[in-house]
Amino acid sequence: MNKEDKELLSEIIEDDPTKADSYNIRKNGKGIDRKVNPNIDIVPKEENSGIDVYVKEDTLFGTVNIPVIITESGLKDVVYNDFHIGKNANIIIVAGCGITNNGHKDARHDGIHRFYLEEGARVKYIERHCGLGVGDGKKVLNPVTEIYMKKGSYMVMDTTQIKGVDDTNRVTKAALDSDATLVITEKILTSNDQVAKTEFEVELNGENASTHVTSRSVATDDSYQEFISNITGNTKCYAHVECDAIIKGNGKVKAIPEIYAKNIDANLIHEAAIGKIAGEQLMKLMSLGLSEKEAEEVIINGFLK
Amino acid sequence: MLELKDICFERQGKKILDHINLVLEESKFYVITGPNGSGKSTLAKIIMGIEKPDTGKIIFNGEDITEKTIDERAKLGIGFAFQQPVQFKGITVYDLLKLATSKEISKHEACDILSKVGLCALEYVDREVNKSLSGGELKRIEIASVMARKPYLAIFDEPEAGIDLWSFQNLTEVFKEIQATSSKTTLVISHQERILNIADEIILMNSGTIQKIGQKEEVFDHIFKPKKCCKEVSTR
Repeated sequence: MNKEDKELLSEIIEDDPTKADSYNIRKNGKGIDRKVNPNIDIVPKEENSGIDVYVKEDTLFGTVNIPVIITESGLKDVVYNDFHIGKNANIIIVAGCGITNNGHKDARHDGIHRFYLEEGARVKYIERHCGLGVGDGKKVLNPVTEIYMKKGSYMVMDTTQIKGVDDTNRVTKAALDSDATLVITEKILTSNDQVAKTEFEVELNGENASTHVTSRSVATDDSYQEFISNITGNTKCYAHVECDAIIKGNGKVKAIPEIYAKNIDANLIHEAAIGKIAGEQLMKLMSLGLSEKEAEEVIINGFLK
Repeated sequence: MLELKDICFERQGKKILDHINLVLEESKFYVITGPNGSGKSTLAKIIMGIEKPDTGKIIFNGEDITEKTIDERAKLGIGFAFQQPVQFKGITVYDLLKLATSKEISKHEACDILSKVGLCALEYVDREVNKSLSGGELKRIEIASVMARKPYLAIFDEPEAGIDLWSFQNLTEVFKEIQATSSKTTLVISHQERILNIADEIILMNSGTIQKIGQKEEVFDHIFKPKKCCKEVSTR
C-alpha cells in the first residue's frame, strides 16, 4: 500500500484497519493483506471473487475490517463476501469501498455481502463509501446486502455514502426469524448530477421480529435520489421505517414506501418527510451568530451525523 | 442602548406596527405586554432582524443596524429566544450550546449553563434538540442558548407560551435571577403577572402602538381605568 492508498483507506475507516482483530484488504480486485485469529477466520473464495468470514459461536467480542480500494480507472470489481456468524457470537464488521478515479473510464465496485446470523448472534455492521479523484470517469458503487437472521439475533447496519460517488444502486434484503431485530441507519449525500437509488426489502417471518429503518438523505445541486422500502409483516411483528430528506438547489428525492401487513398482529409504520431546510432553523442559528452558509452546514452535518 | 425611531410595519393592509418610538436603557429589565395581535412579537422580531420594518430606524449602541442581517446583529450583542423553540435532527443540546457560546466549551461548562434554567444537566446535554424533549424542556434549552451568549440585549418572546404551570414557576425564578444579577438589558414579551412583577419598566402595546411605558402600578392603572365607551354603554 502506498501513501495514496492509505489516505483512501482512512476515508472509509478512521483508525488503522490493520489494528483490528482480523482484517482483509482488497485493492483493485485482489486481496493484498489479511489477518485471522482463532475465533475469526477469513477464507478467500476462488479466483479472487471474495471471502468467507467465519466467526465461532460464543465469540465474546471481535472486530473484522474488510475495506476495498480501487485506484484503476476502467476497473469493474465484483466481490461476494459471506459472513457466517456463530451462535451467540458478538462482532463488529467494518466494510466499505473507496474509489480514486483520476482517469476517463468508469471505475465500479459491486459488493455483494451476505450475512448468516445464527441464534442469538449480534452484529454491528458499518459500511462507508466514498469517491475521490479528478478524472471524468465515473465512480460507481452498487452494494447488495442480504441478511438472514435466526431466532433472537440482532444486527445494526450503519451505512454512509457522503461524497464523490456518481452513481449508486443499493439493495438491502433481510429475512427475520422470531425475536430477531434489525436496525438500519442509512445516510446519503449527493451533489452535482449524482444519482443514488436505495431499496430495502425486509420480511418479518418470526413472531416478535422487529425492524427499524432510518434513512437520512441530502440531495443538492442537480442530484437525484430514490428511496424504496418494502416491509412485509407475516406474523406478530413490528416495523418502523423513517425516510427524511433535505433538498437543496435542484436536488430531487422520490420516496416510495410500501408496508404490507399479512397478519392481524403485524404493526408496521412508515414516515416520510422531504423538504428544504426550515427557515426557522436557519434563523435560530443565525441568531447565535452563524452566517446563513455556516448555519446550512451545521444543519446538514447534524442531519447526517 | 437601543432606540427605535418611527418604526412602521404593515402586512396585507393591516398596520401591525404604527409609528413606534422606543428607547431602552442599559441594565434594565423590560416587559412588553398587551393583547394578542398588538404587535409585540413583531416588534421583537424587528429588533433581531427576523422581520424588516417598512420604514424607521433601529439604533443599537449608537450604530444604525436597520439594514443588518440576523447574524450581524447577533455578533453585535443581541440575543433572541424564539416563542416556538426550533428543533433540529442530529444536533444535541451540547452542540447548540457550543454554537451559542461560539467556542469549544466543555460538557461541564454546558451543564453549568443548563443548571441555570433548572435542567438537571447531565440528563440533557447529549440529547438531540428534537421532539423527544417536552415543550417545557425545549423552552428552557432555548432560553439557555440565549443566556449562554451573554448578549447586551436579550429578548425573550413569550417564555411562558406552551409550557405547563410547574415549568413556568421555575422559569419565573430564572427571570428573577436575570433581573437581579444581570448588568445587561432584558426585554421579555409576557402576559404573566409574575413576570410583570419583576419588570423595571412595562411597555404596554395595543393595535400596533405603544400605549404606555412605566412601572407596574402606572401601567395597571392605565389598563384598568374605566373606559369611556363602557360608561356610555352602562348609562344607556
